[in-house]
Amino acid sequence: MTLAIIDSGGANISSVIHALRRQGVEPVFTSDSEIIRGADRVILPGVGAAGTAMARLRELGLVECIRHLTQPVLGICLGMQLLFESSAESHQGEEGVDCLGIIPGKLQKLQPGEGLRVPHMGWNTTRFLRTHALLNGLPDDAWFYFVHSYRAPIGASTLASCTHGEEFAAIVARDNFHGAQFHPERSAQHGAKLLDNFMQLGRTQI
Amino acid sequence: MNTGLAKRIIPCLDVRDDQVVKGIQFRDHRVMGGIIELATRYSAEGADELVFYDITASPEGRSVDSDWVSAVAEVIDIPFCVAGGIRSVEEARKVLQRGADKISINTPAVQRPELVNELVDAFGSQCVVVGVDSVLQDGQWVTRQMTGIPDQMQQTGHRTLDWIVEVSDRGAGEIVLNCMGSDGTREGFDIEQLKLARQLISIPLIASGGAGSVSHFIDVFEQADVDGALAATVFHNNKIPIPALKQSLSAAGIGVRL
Repeated sequence: MTLAIIDSGGANISSVIHALRRQGVEPVFTSDSEIIRGADRVILPGVGAAGTAMARLRELGLVECIRHLTQPVLGICLGMQLLFESSAESHQGEEGVDCLGIIPGKLQKLQPGEGLRVPHMGWNTTRFLRTHALLNGLPDDAWFYFVHSYRAPIGASTLASCTHGEEFAAIVARDNFHGAQFHPERSAQHGAKLLDNFMQLGRTQI
Repeated sequence: MNTGLAKRIIPCLDVRDDQVVKGIQFRDHRVMGGIIELATRYSAEGADELVFYDITASPEGRSVDSDWVSAVAEVIDIPFCVAGGIRSVEEARKVLQRGADKISINTPAVQRPELVNELVDAFGSQCVVVGVDSVLQDGQWVTRQMTGIPDQMQQTGHRTLDWIVEVSDRGAGEIVLNCMGSDGTREGFDIEQLKLARQLISIPLIASGGAGSVSHFIDVFEQADVDGALAATVFHNNKIPIPALKQSLSAAGIGVRL
């Protein structure tokens, strides 16, 4: 099994690499479109801002490459957000950033409120909305580690939602594209299970 | 089931010479164990996050030693934060590249507050924690810097509550408020100070200093509405085992990850 982690410019990818090694997979960290296209699995990680990450993917000529991937792809945290159409995250003075457009919807900023801190940082549970091979063996009350300030809209592709003030998409899947708003690599045994499920997905998995 | 965001239990590992040490009110440090040994134990016991403080980095004028950061990232599957002498975006990047999930700055932020903005711009708010060492002086809380080596400890000229509002406005993603009067005393968290801090900021607030019993944790979550509680000694010496602590918190109606 070959697995490519897309180098989208985020600083913190070694925790993803370590988590995959614990699963027995040795990932390749790359921005080479040929290697990405040829991998059995692709992970789009992400720490930082949507605008910066999209600018980096454009600069590397990876936007079309990612859109046309046919093997299982997993976006993590910002990587999941990038799968959507756009984000309200401001970038270089502009309001909003166009993203990859694989999953419909626009990211909005989480709003702080009474007892609600932003960023949404820490362990939270999700609500499963659909059955999917990515959720195999995960209990309804599985805990995942979230760190984010923008929320993805609930839609047809939402497998699980989480609520922090408002409900948002926590796990998504559309065709061969998947995403987790939380960090499976930092979510103890349940995160490891989700990564393992991702490895088990078939190439023709819908 | 959706119980909402869990309150976090955070063991704090003060690192000196590749060992975990602990002092009382920032003095008389004793070796508590190996870094990897304790990190592995806490991760397995259900700690929600770990914080490592390279306590002598700032006073010695150096950045955090990053070899042990990689080793920690390799063995644990929960988030961890690293603090100690991070004075620039580049130094922070090294620590994050080695696998830390967040970096925490204290003395360098006091010396150059713009560092908070620079780190937030480079890595996002979620990565940037500001540690604040606070002490009561002439009836008001003020901050201290260079707290790792007692003889070099200094006043900063900042009032604690003004300072946490400033760093929050500069984009910090979380505040660890270390109440030095309570540190290592095991007589309870400084609820009064934490409550005031809580009212002023909307980012996560972590209580630090003074944990000595399970009821102290219950009190600080119930009364000061903090997002997490950090402790060292009671976890290192196993006086409060983390699984039992979490069961007690849950029984008291406080949402924790079990």
